[in-house]
Amino acid sequence: MDTIQILFFSLSALALFSAIMVLVSKNPVHSVLWLVAVFFAISGHYILLNAQFLAIVNLIVYAGAIMVLFLFVIMLMNLNADAEPRKNWMMKLAGVVSGGCFLMVMVSLVRQATELSGKAALMKTGEIGLIKNLGKALFSDFVIPFEISSVLFLSAMVGAVVIGKKD
Amino acid sequence: MPIQYYIYFSLALFSIGIIGVLTRRNAIIVFMCVELMLNAVNLLLVAFSKMHHGNALLNNPTSTAGVEGQLFVFFIMVVAAAEVSVGLAIIVMMYRNTHSVDINFLNRLKN
Repeated sequence: MDTIQILFFSLSALALFSAIMVLVSKNPVHSVLWLVAVFFAISGHYILLNAQFLAIVNLIVYAGAIMVLFLFVIMLMNLNADAEPRKNWMMKLAGVVSGGCFLMVMVSLVRQATELSGKAALMKTGEIGLIKNLGKALFSDFVIPFEISSVLFLSAMVGAVVIGKKD
Repeated sequence: MPIQYYIYFSLALFSIGIIGVLTRRNAIIVFMCVELMLNAVNLLLVAFSKMHHGNALLNNPTSTAGVEGQLFVFFIMVVAAAEVSVGLAIIVMMYRNTHSVDINFLNRLKN
């Protein structure tokens, strides 16, 4: 087992454990911190795939901006005490069973897919994840969606201010 | 690394997100589970783009096939950031009106 495989499996185990801890934590602040751990593990996966630009953007945008926004909102509402009412265990069991059924169906689907057998993702080589190639494609072929996304940000900003305004 | 490992890992993360949406009642944690599902899909898109790139490199050593997948992930992150800002504003508004973030208050969308 070489280094790539050891890193892959340890990052996957870290991500899955942290994702489960997001669910079972009673305190929402702890859930946010575990979710930041999931994002760090996924950024490690991006680095393993040599998608360096996406790894850094994932850290800056998700772990740095979005999760801080969640923390601000939780602390603004003073929710860090456990205020969630008890849900009956039948509903929880139904949720877990339906999620597990989804996982089982999809895994059996992937196991039977003959198109995927023998295919492998290119690890730690390949130039497409570098910022040079992504920038060339972003500002030539995808320049119109890029500009539209700036309009989307403007409308989201105006919408958040209008919704959050006190009146 | 075989592509099946990435598919299984992303499916496990996505299923954990689904279970969280179905079982938790705190609106903020439900929202965080939606983010978890988005990240599982992002990882799978990057893995598939690298798989496509590896196949294209066999025929053409200077190919940049697969760059669209990573740009799609970039746009998903952009849309997710806009979605989070509006969604958290809605949750703050709901907390101001009901003094709770329990999603069962929202099951009728009226009153």
